[in-house]
Amino acid sequence: MSEPLRGVIVSHAAVAQALLAAVAAITGVHDALVPVSNDGCDTGALAERLTRAIDDKPAVLFVDLPGGSCLTSSVRLARGKANVAVVTGVNLAMLLDFVFHRDLPPGDAARRAAEAGSRAIRTPAA
Amino acid sequence: MSIALYRIDDRLIHGQVVVGWGKPLNVAFIVLVDDAVRASAWEQELYRMGVPSEIEVVFASTEEALERLTEWERDPRVGILVAGDIDTLAALTVNRHPVSRVNVGGLHHRPGRSERLRYVYLSDAEASQLRTLAARGVEVTAQDVPTTPPVPLEDFT
Repeated sequence: MSEPLRGVIVSHAAVAQALLAAVAAITGVHDALVPVSNDGCDTGALAERLTRAIDDKPAVLFVDLPGGSCLTSSVRLARGKANVAVVTGVNLAMLLDFVFHRDLPPGDAARRAAEAGSRAIRTPAA
Repeated sequence: MSIALYRIDDRLIHGQVVVGWGKPLNVAFIVLVDDAVRASAWEQELYRMGVPSEIEVVFASTEEALERLTEWERDPRVGILVAGDIDTLAALTVNRHPVSRVNVGGLHHRPGRSERLRYVYLSDAEASQLRTLAARGVEVTAQDVPTTPPVPLEDFT
């Protein structure tokens, strides 16, 4: 079996670290995700952080916003690479689904995670 | 209203520009002055993704910006102009162009630069460039988001 996918959470400030801690607390899975913050980075420095986090492994990049420096750096890095996919609007629900489906190809895992994340956004009657 | 903010930020269009400044200023257009982005439709699409559809994004080379600056200044809507480095914005302040204020919003660590503020790293040459801008009558301050006070040039160069 090929190596399981790596998830890289790319965020402003400490959002990525906090999401990683929440996933570990809920699932007990500690080795599926890597946090990357854009704090103090220009585009070059953020690209270096992302490259280190991906470490030439097949990966899905979970970006916080559908625009801005986290997205632009992630998409540039994933461009032309079949083994790296990008999802925006990261939330806890999509990460919880992802850590148990790391055997999929990156593009399929990204689409599955996006669907799981979308399903979690609701407006329940209170 | 014209261009309300001339900003130097190596991240170009990102959250602080679109949301941090764009919301309180009620911005209707953003001008991104960058020769490399201007030459790449793919890069332009990438930067456009982070901007709500009601805000127009204009991509310009430095040369095009020099030609169109007066037009943008006369635009009745509120706009932000962003450049990624001091050279580009300094080029817009020469001759007849009425750029009176420049906001240093984000220049991050690179070899040869030292930390001046949490979000501003400058080489000595870059600090000198900003002082030259100020000597030309341009008010230069550093401010990442509008809720923080602007930092006078002499406090970070």
